[in-house]
Amino acid sequence: MATVSLKKLTKRYGPLEIVHGIDLEVADREFIALVGPSGCGKSTTLRMIAGLEEISGGAVEIGGKVVNDLPPRSRNISMVFQSYALYPHMTVRENMGFSLKIAGRSQDEIAKRVDEAAAILDLNHLLERRPSQLSGGQRQRVAMGRAIVRDPDVFLFDEPLSNLDAKLRTQMRTEIKKLHAKVKSTVVYVTHDQVEAMTLSDRIVIMRDGYIEQVGTPDEVFKRPATRFVAGFIGSPPMNLREAIVTDGKLAFPNGTKLPLPRQFRDRVAAGDKVVFGLRPDDAYPTGHGLHSGEETDVHALELPVTVTEPLGNETLVFADFDGADLVARMLNPRPLKSGDKVNMSFDLSQAHLFSAETGRTLRA
Amino acid sequence: MSKATSSPVRSVAAHAVLITYTVIALFPVFLIVINSFKSRNSIFRSPLSLPGPETFDPIGYTTVLKQGDFFLYFQNSLIVTVVSLFLVLLFGAMAAFALSEYRFKGNTMMGLYLALGIMIPIRLGTVAILQLMVASGLVNTLTALILVYTAQGLPLAVFILAEFMKQVSDDLKNAGRIDGLSEYRIFFRLVLPLVRPAMATVAVFTMIPIWNDLWFPLILAPSEATKTVTLGAQIFIGQYVTNWNAVLAALSLAILPVLVLYVIFSRQLIRGITSGAVK
Repeated sequence: MATVSLKKLTKRYGPLEIVHGIDLEVADREFIALVGPSGCGKSTTLRMIAGLEEISGGAVEIGGKVVNDLPPRSRNISMVFQSYALYPHMTVRENMGFSLKIAGRSQDEIAKRVDEAAAILDLNHLLERRPSQLSGGQRQRVAMGRAIVRDPDVFLFDEPLSNLDAKLRTQMRTEIKKLHAKVKSTVVYVTHDQVEAMTLSDRIVIMRDGYIEQVGTPDEVFKRPATRFVAGFIGSPPMNLREAIVTDGKLAFPNGTKLPLPRQFRDRVAAGDKVVFGLRPDDAYPTGHGLHSGEETDVHALELPVTVTEPLGNETLVFADFDGADLVARMLNPRPLKSGDKVNMSFDLSQAHLFSAETGRTLRA
Repeated sequence: MSKATSSPVRSVAAHAVLITYTVIALFPVFLIVINSFKSRNSIFRSPLSLPGPETFDPIGYTTVLKQGDFFLYFQNSLIVTVVSLFLVLLFGAMAAFALSEYRFKGNTMMGLYLALGIMIPIRLGTVAILQLMVASGLVNTLTALILVYTAQGLPLAVFILAEFMKQVSDDLKNAGRIDGLSEYRIFFRLVLPLVRPAMATVAVFTMIPIWNDLWFPLILAPSEATKTVTLGAQIFIGQYVTNWNAVLAALSLAILPVLVLYVIFSRQLIRGITSGAVK
């Protein structure tokens, strides 16, 4: 078991810098997710930790030791790839035991450890099959089995669930969580799916264009996004974000709609400031159908025309026209709504976010 | 297979085309084999008829086998072909791996340089090769032939294998690296087994010209001890008189070893293709 720390870690391809000197401390046994849109440098970062990608600057430490110049095999890590990367010409048993065989362990020990790992992942009945005879979910489990057999200090996951269908993905997500509870090792998990990151990890690292935008627990990044980007990236459906100008205690939107300035920001902005107003769909709802109904402290209601609805059974996503563009609201205990209906929409401004339009950083204290 | 191709009319048409081609391709071989079992007169009188009780005559084979050195010729051909094949596959695969796997300056240029030999016939360099072999004292040795054939086979091998190796997933090689494999083991244990169909293809394309070659054995190793089968068979072809029985028998015999090798490789080839199909 080990900590992982990145110190001013940089990756350049020629003159092009992909990762710009990021710092990160991963605690022992922590499950940390690197999340971000494609091209944000998360996979490159993971591959630098693994030793598959040369480090252009800074350092990677595993267990307090700089591993920059160690080959992958000497870092005591294991990695699960998006494409599973099982050896097609070997059986499941051989796949899982291969690293131990290479390390020169005895036949008995290999068999024992493969069996143990297979038991954890419920793979015992598949051990003599070849990867081509397995389903996607089974291959994924074998890939994880191959990783745990080595008993590594750090597990690295590179978008392991992206190739699975939606249902299987949810199922495997739970399995990975259970697995981490069992093997209790440090995990660095790369994904572009914020739901995976939220559900699995102890802390989330949100990356964008080779920089870290925010590091925090799922709760922190959801409730207190540090930047406009994080606010828009985390949460589904995404947060409603609108540019506005502060005018004497109000937020003025481009087409003339106004909302009171949320109380928590009154001392933090001045008239004339350009800001981005953010409100989660959970905090906008047809009056009486809200998540926090009865507990709000700073609610403002507006009459808005419905453009479209997306019924999900237990709730309905209501798209209503707010200042010339759609705003998403979550309606609990839904009642039927048609497009064109006027709806009295409540805005729970105590939950609102404001970001500087210039820097994109939160204006929260 | 799609429905359309399995309809009877299409299937018959496709088979007709294939059978026609097969007949055309096999006819000369068939002719050689049947005539090798006939007496000299009947070869000329009715070259297309099968050997019957009256025309059957194994004289060609007895002549060839009596010419005691023929086993030696076979042995020489086999040694030259197998060793050259091994070297072509080994070095070709290694060069292909380097070209497909590692990013280095001049990678593309190196690839083009190595593939250049596909377009330039090695025979153009015969005089220089002969001078080289004379200078290094390799004339009339099998080594000379092996070296030349290895050089001759490498360009195509590198070209084909590099293309195939590019298709082996990077994740797989990286998984190997993390599992503790050295670059050599990744090459031998992961990549080579996965490009086996390509290796078989290269082997077949490399092997046949080597086995059939008359040019280099004639120039570089014409001594009695180093003659290959193709060269050996030429002793029956004279300027004025040709012992057709013996020539045909020798050629028939020469087909056998190469046929065996071909069957071995083509089985690999088919296995490779089908295992890819169900993946």
